[in-house]
Amino acid sequence: MSLLAVEQLRVAYGRIRAVQGLDLRVDEGEAVCLIGANGAGKTTTLKALAGLLPAQGAIQFDGHRLGGRPAHEIARLGLTLVPEGRGIFPRMTVLENLQMGAYARRDRHAVKDDLEQVFSLLPRLAERKTQKAGLFSGGEQQMLALGRALMSQPRLLMLDEPSMGLAPVMVQTVFGIIGQIIARGVSLLLVEQNARLALKVCQRGYVLEHGAATLSGPATELAADPAVQAAYLGEV
Amino acid sequence: MNARKRAWLAALALGLGLAVLPFALDGLLGPYWVRVLDFALLYAMLALGLNIVVGYAGLLDLGYIAFYGVGAYLYALLASPQFGIHWPFWATLPLGAALAALFGILLGTPTLRLRGDYLAIVTLGFGEIIRIFLNNLDAPVNITNGPQGITAIDAVHIGGFSLGRRHELLGMSVPSTVLYYYLFLICMLVVVFISLRLENSRIGRAWVAIREDEVAAEAMGVPTRNIKLLAFAMGASFGGLAGGLFASFQGFVSPESFNLMESIMILCMIVLGGMGHIPGVILGAVLLTVLPEALRYVGDLQRHVLGRVVVDPADLRMLLFGLALVLMMRFRPAGLWPSRRRQREFSATGDVAEQEQASLFDARR
Repeated sequence: MSLLAVEQLRVAYGRIRAVQGLDLRVDEGEAVCLIGANGAGKTTTLKALAGLLPAQGAIQFDGHRLGGRPAHEIARLGLTLVPEGRGIFPRMTVLENLQMGAYARRDRHAVKDDLEQVFSLLPRLAERKTQKAGLFSGGEQQMLALGRALMSQPRLLMLDEPSMGLAPVMVQTVFGIIGQIIARGVSLLLVEQNARLALKVCQRGYVLEHGAATLSGPATELAADPAVQAAYLGEV
Repeated sequence: MNARKRAWLAALALGLGLAVLPFALDGLLGPYWVRVLDFALLYAMLALGLNIVVGYAGLLDLGYIAFYGVGAYLYALLASPQFGIHWPFWATLPLGAALAALFGILLGTPTLRLRGDYLAIVTLGFGEIIRIFLNNLDAPVNITNGPQGITAIDAVHIGGFSLGRRHELLGMSVPSTVLYYYLFLICMLVVVFISLRLENSRIGRAWVAIREDEVAAEAMGVPTRNIKLLAFAMGASFGGLAGGLFASFQGFVSPESFNLMESIMILCMIVLGGMGHIPGVILGAVLLTVLPEALRYVGDLQRHVLGRVVVDPADLRMLLFGLALVLMMRFRPAGLWPSRRRQREFSATGDVAEQEQASLFDARR
């Protein structure tokens, strides 16, 4: 059984239908990406799955039906969203941000171990752990958002546009970290404008157009597809 | 060991100081100042309550005085000739706190989705509604006695010992105001203790997270709805407690005491003292209670020096008060005695350098 199985997801902002009948699944340990143009419904999908937007359709996650559950309950089930624009707590320190990631957890000793793990994955955070997060560069904030999400021991990590607003060199660094997170066996659902990078780190992908998946398959196949190349990879 | 010893000594000195303070004030400045001191303690409790809502959870509440009114009127109705009910304080005070908490939830529930200015306007309206209700609930059934208010409210009794009268204790004549001082002090210490425990708990951290970014807090598994309601309820309960104490101390309540200006004063206390920092909030409450009283002497001073009163001290008081607030915001925007967290939030020095360094880090990669 899939870790996440979404059938006929529909999300609307008033009368504007942003997602209309999306089918999607992510298996345990799998990294899946959603690619598509602006306004295709990628971000909306992630927000709806996280419980931040009301949605219709059947969402099954780790044996639970998610429909209608509040966001904080969904987060406690292990479906963790790193929102677009990162959503860190700017006036808390790095350490406090990371501790907030573990807010819903009760296993204090394991939290301590995970903190060490995050610091070893992201040594830059360890260096600056007593500093105010709002003073960070975009790349550092993205690292912090990733670290904070990992502190919640996610069963499935959802990343919304992790490359947005970052310097090109920093995009490489952040995707290097995402690659390491995938290598550790964390299941991932990635939304990304930069289709090339997304298809490189993920095993499978979906192409979204007008709120529905028009193409799906293994990342290598999608990357080789002439239509995808023309539309999203900037190749002729 | 040494540091611990010093902390103990400091606590002991503070305790002794607080214990003899009313007698010292009575002897040096007269009995009126003991009364001012009592009010300072009441306002400190109110400020600590509002501090939970505004300082911790970041929800701007401009109708906070309503909870004070709810507590005061509940005490007044259950311990006065108004209905001929004379319940003891140990029943009415907690009941007042509980009813205020309920009103807090009543205010919180419909305003959960509001933030900032919008929330401020709704809470302001709520405060006024409560006051107007108190003012008009004398018809068709007379409950609150309208604008005349409720008089002859029972003083706090412990057994046969009334705090409302002067007593001869240990060969000393102890006035009622001093007895109330000790009661208020105990209540304030309880409020401080609860505030401290909340601040350093999971709930306290959740409040800070909501203040920073509500959506992110929800995404971290914080049940933001309940946690916000809890802030309203806890803050309101402190207000209700202070209200009950106020009613018993004054022996008289009327809607006049619960107007918008009072809400704003309490907000000023926590802003001036240092939002979110317990010692700062208490300092702000004491200063803003004592200062206007002290400025009354400005009239005497003018008469003494200039031979006549040039500026009416009442006008001057508000003028100096306004000036003090403006200067404060200019030179100590985080408050007179801010918490380390607030200081960090407001600090500008070093920010630019750190940000530059952060961007350099991106560029080096």
